[in-house]
Amino acid sequence: MKVTNPNGRFGIHGGQYIPETLMNAVIELERAYNHYKNDPGFQRELTRLLNEYAGRPSRLYYAEKMTRELGGAKIYLKREDLNHTGAHKINNVLGQALLAKRMGKTRLIAETGAGQHGVATATAAALMGMECVVFMGEEDTVRQALNVYRMRLLGAEVIPVKSGTATLKDAVSEAMREWTSRIEDTHYCLGSVMGPHPFPTIVRDFQAVISKEIKEQMMEKEGRLPDAVIACVGGGSNAIGSFYHFIEEKSVRLIGCEAAGRGIDTFETAATVNTGKLGIFHGMKSYFCQDEYGQIAPVYSISAGLDYPGVGPEHAYLHDIGRAEYVPVTDDEAVCAFEYLARTEGIIPAIESAHAVAYAMKLVPAMDKRDIVVITISGRGDKDCAAIARYRGEDIHE
Amino acid sequence: MSNLGKAFENGKAFIAFLTCGDPDLETTAAAVRAAAENGADLIELGIPFSDPTAEGPVIQAANLRALKGGVTTDSIFAFVRELRRDVSIPLAFMTYANVVFSYGPERFLCACRDIGIDGLILPDVPFEEKDEFQPVCRKYGVDFISLIAPTSENRIAMIAREAEGFVYVVSSLGVTGVRKKIQTDLAKIVGVIRENTDVPCAIGFGISTPAQAKEMAAVSDGVIVGSAIVRLLAEYGKDAPAHIGAYVRSMKEALR
Repeated sequence: MKVTNPNGRFGIHGGQYIPETLMNAVIELERAYNHYKNDPGFQRELTRLLNEYAGRPSRLYYAEKMTRELGGAKIYLKREDLNHTGAHKINNVLGQALLAKRMGKTRLIAETGAGQHGVATATAAALMGMECVVFMGEEDTVRQALNVYRMRLLGAEVIPVKSGTATLKDAVSEAMREWTSRIEDTHYCLGSVMGPHPFPTIVRDFQAVISKEIKEQMMEKEGRLPDAVIACVGGGSNAIGSFYHFIEEKSVRLIGCEAAGRGIDTFETAATVNTGKLGIFHGMKSYFCQDEYGQIAPVYSISAGLDYPGVGPEHAYLHDIGRAEYVPVTDDEAVCAFEYLARTEGIIPAIESAHAVAYAMKLVPAMDKRDIVVITISGRGDKDCAAIARYRGEDIHE
Repeated sequence: MSNLGKAFENGKAFIAFLTCGDPDLETTAAAVRAAAENGADLIELGIPFSDPTAEGPVIQAANLRALKGGVTTDSIFAFVRELRRDVSIPLAFMTYANVVFSYGPERFLCACRDIGIDGLILPDVPFEEKDEFQPVCRKYGVDFISLIAPTSENRIAMIAREAEGFVYVVSSLGVTGVRKKIQTDLAKIVGVIRENTDVPCAIGFGISTPAQAKEMAAVSDGVIVGSAIVRLLAEYGKDAPAHIGAYVRSMKEALR
């Protein structure tokens, strides 16, 4: 019997490049997901949690002052930072935790970079009475100490990962290793649109609520679709969530902002689409930063959440077919945008989201005043204040 | 069809794993010779990968030591070519999909044939993705080794039917590394495999002592030992080959 895998691919990307030990687990997950995604009871429960607990729908806010100052397209901010736990991550986590619970799992494990996904997972675990273990690069536990404390406060165990570069990619590797050793009662709550099939599809579907709302809110406020949607891309979950319901709307430009770190002409970058090449890693075929022998490169960004050497397979596909653009944004540009949005609109964005703001600041002035741009503010920036202060040469104690 | 079958002609097979270039290629060469002279039937040569997700801490560290030492796929090919002048037992590469994919499967496997590699093990390429690699392996006479895990259950027959060289039976859940006790019902798994293929079965993951080897070999055609050998390299460095020789001899004796 030939087992084909038609749904695991986005063009040539995606797939299930994982140890045999995990194959039945992902097959079981896919089966459960296909069942529950059409189950009215499951959907009702998820919608209730998203609305009553996470605070959805998130606002689509007209950034009037920023629009006036930049003097080009009209700017709307999709305020995922206002969600409970402070980022878009909760959308996916509530969905996956509910799914895991229905599958009879009692324990959630997760990787985290900036700590936002870890906090969201710890939150859902607390809410649903599940055990929770979060893997976080040791380097990131230092950069994001506040989030480590939040996770512990929520009852999760945080395991600092010392292997490799001690950042997000190593946290993913360690979570995968943990999952191979304990599958029966454990669901791996993957935080981005990456990893083996069905994760890129599941996470995308749970995040697609972002673009569904943008579309409705935009029709309500402006009576038409936006001309561009801009979001930051690490693995790419808030970006795919922001893009998804616009993919078929060809008039809408979709722009993903990658972390260029110190610049795409340096080795200290995490801009995968711009500097990587096709490869196989962490369960998927996609673009990865790597050397000529396929060794994964030690990437760098000021943003722990974008500090990942790969990109989700659906983004790789949208890049291949030219449907979405992926642009590099440096640390410096992101920090300036972080400060600018705070000063101008009174909104402190996550340093990840600031990458999207930074690109919008370059793009918008050249656009027509009648154009409309939506920037997804994927998370709030409280967690980043100490690091940004350090970047500016100021040492503050949290 | 490669020479891998020969590894199973000398009673129960003892299969040794080493990471190439840990701590350097000269030591790897000496370790391979020591293992071969002391009864190893097949050597798995690990091509190091930056992020070995199926490995426990011991082999992870070996991968990093090797990469830090500067080995590359090309330098390992040259090393195996040299090794083949006097080492005649079957050899297989064990690495990760991206190492082969980035080199180009065609180019990689053509080189394998030229230098005398008999098998390829890619722990992150399951049955569903093997069509990207297995046909190229076949073209160059290299066996693509299939893995079967304690969680494979309904998949065992499907995998076994398309297995080549030998079936790598993963003894336990989790990553590679020494374990005190192996609890999986391996006799049952091997039984299903044997109903579906004549290809030999070797058990790996967690085996370190002669007693464990004997126990595992009783239900299979051989055992694979990695971390216990790599640990000797971590402990003794350049002096490890003599220790590896003595260890392999004790393990092979337990299998006789």
